[in-house]
Amino acid sequence: MLWFIVKRILWSVPTMVLISIATFIIIQLPPGDYVTAYIAELEETGESITAVEAAELRKSFGLDRPLVVQYWDWISRIVLRGDFGLSLDWKLPVSDLLWDRIALTLMISTLSLLLTWAIAIPIGVYAATRQYSVFDYVFTVLGFLGRGIPDFLLALVLMWLGFAYFNFHVGGLYSPGMAEAPWSLAKFLDLLGHLWVPVVVLATGGAAGLLRVMRANMLEELGKPYVETAYAQGMGEREVVWRYPVRVALNPFFSTVGWALPALISGDVITAVVLNLPTTGPLLLRALLNQDMYMAGGFILILSIFTIIGTLLSDILLTLTDPRIRYA
Amino acid sequence: MTDVTQAESRSIDTAKPLTLMWWRFKKHKLALFSLYLIGFLYFVAAFAEFLAPYDPFKTSKLHAYVPPMQVRLFHDGDFIGPFVYGLDRKRDAETARLSFSENTDKVFPIKLFHRGDSYHFWGLWETDLHLFGIEGGRRDRIYLLGSDSLGRDLLSRLTYGGRVTLSVGLIGVFFSFVIGITLGSVAGLIGGRVDAAIQRLAEFVRSIPTIPLWLGLAAALPIHWDPIFVYLLITLILALIGWTNLARVVRGHFMTIRNQDFVLAAQLSGAKPRRVVTRHMLPSMTSYVIAAVTLAIPEMILGETSLSFLGLGLRPPVISWGVLLQDAQNLRSIALAPWLLAPGGAIVVTILAFNFLGDGLRDAADPYQS
Repeated sequence: MLWFIVKRILWSVPTMVLISIATFIIIQLPPGDYVTAYIAELEETGESITAVEAAELRKSFGLDRPLVVQYWDWISRIVLRGDFGLSLDWKLPVSDLLWDRIALTLMISTLSLLLTWAIAIPIGVYAATRQYSVFDYVFTVLGFLGRGIPDFLLALVLMWLGFAYFNFHVGGLYSPGMAEAPWSLAKFLDLLGHLWVPVVVLATGGAAGLLRVMRANMLEELGKPYVETAYAQGMGEREVVWRYPVRVALNPFFSTVGWALPALISGDVITAVVLNLPTTGPLLLRALLNQDMYMAGGFILILSIFTIIGTLLSDILLTLTDPRIRYA
Repeated sequence: MTDVTQAESRSIDTAKPLTLMWWRFKKHKLALFSLYLIGFLYFVAAFAEFLAPYDPFKTSKLHAYVPPMQVRLFHDGDFIGPFVYGLDRKRDAETARLSFSENTDKVFPIKLFHRGDSYHFWGLWETDLHLFGIEGGRRDRIYLLGSDSLGRDLLSRLTYGGRVTLSVGLIGVFFSFVIGITLGSVAGLIGGRVDAAIQRLAEFVRSIPTIPLWLGLAAALPIHWDPIFVYLLITLILALIGWTNLARVVRGHFMTIRNQDFVLAAQLSGAKPRRVVTRHMLPSMTSYVIAAVTLAIPEMILGETSLSFLGLGLRPPVISWGVLLQDAQNLRSIALAPWLLAPGGAIVVTILAFNFLGDGLRDAADPYQS
């Protein structure tokens, strides 16, 4: 068992290396580099710089060296010193800008994940045990609705409803003027008042999907002979359902924890752009558009690494709960 | 028992599995309805030129942000068939915004098989026949879903957009189906190192959050590329990300049933591996594969719309539902013209229909349910 986990952890190391390389390639894909973008920006304001100056700029940023060298430089600093390089756009160390944003993204994602489970598991189980009841139909429809509405659309509609009917400003993390205020109870409540919007927006999609999975798995398990045996032995419904089929039906849950994370993070990126939240989304978008490569690379890398850790945890959870997979 | 019921029960005994599935599927009313709805949507997309009242690119400065018009049947208390009233334009002196009100003196009956903007039907021949339209001057147009900032008819744009968005789903899912089922069954069957390698590959693809990956890739796509090429590229990339789900479902199922008795029995009876897989193992997971495929289509559609919405997928002049939603990106335009959210409604309806269909298919194909 322990050996399996160790092996599994070791396996994820090459994946991380691959991801760092892929990240670096993605950053390099756009034609031109930061200096090209910088020159274009200058030209828009009517200024210009000479070819010599451009070359100087490239040299000072280290953009004139071979790609392999640039990659090695980049990744070794991150691994050894936690130094993600300098944001060419902000003229600040990337790590200064990165962690606050990532922390907020992770917080919103984790809260959404918990909310997702809190909604999906009990309702999924209940809908399966009462198949084709009113309750089942209502939640089937609600679940489908939740799955059918894209995150960004839900955010848009909430924003519009809030604006048009409730005179409530959805978007941002604080009310105007609150962001700069020192921490107080009022500010905290204000934060909560804004935070629930992205959390709910992100959770609905995931919960609706998991609800379906849970219901489908439960239906299949409930039809199996062992459930009938348990009933035949005189056990109560609650005991039968929660002790046996639920445990089996939860397996796919654990194996999908790892996917829920990238979906949530992706969802967070797009929702944050719509709702104007200070998470990774808007900053990443801006960094990529400006070809601020160290910045964009830092974001993509860290988000991906967190996802791998999530997948790792889900695999370990899966082997803990389903011995068939451990010994297969 | 009458003869009829006996005949029926006998036909149940002898019916082929597919017929049984169809019978069971028919009982699922919502799924059946969704099947028809999806058929209708694809039909509309296929005949967009004829069904759309106007050319989706034709602008009209006089008709910016016209609210959806109401189709009426009674004029002055008399039934005169479906018609719309003409519009009176007013320009707000302060904000310079156009506002519209109905002019009940101008009556425009809706005519079927109306001759309007000319188009090339499927690029084959030129015609100007539309399903409906109104007679009137150049200034009188019918906007059943309202118009956008350039006075283009939203209904026409929605119809044309469906063609792109709906086909992205089908083509994308075909790519990912081929990749997913091949890699999934290879991994689940052979196991060992091959399985580990495919697992890592899937994990690798899966672990890059799609939207950031897309942002990166889209920033790299030159704007001057042919829209058709960008469209194919986007579909392919969606598929390259989307196959992992299907592969994991197939693999997981192979893992579980690999050691089950019926597989062992087939092997002991001397069936070759190929036969065991295609005749015994794959059919036992049909329901899962069907459900996964049907669910993958709306995911593709969601992917396309999300990315186009962010301005990174398809770009104008290509019309897709995601591209149309770009107009509704900020609070100001939604507050000004809420009907611009209509493509969102189309997206939701399509995704719901596919989900209901998938659910119905799964129930029908599930051998465990009685």
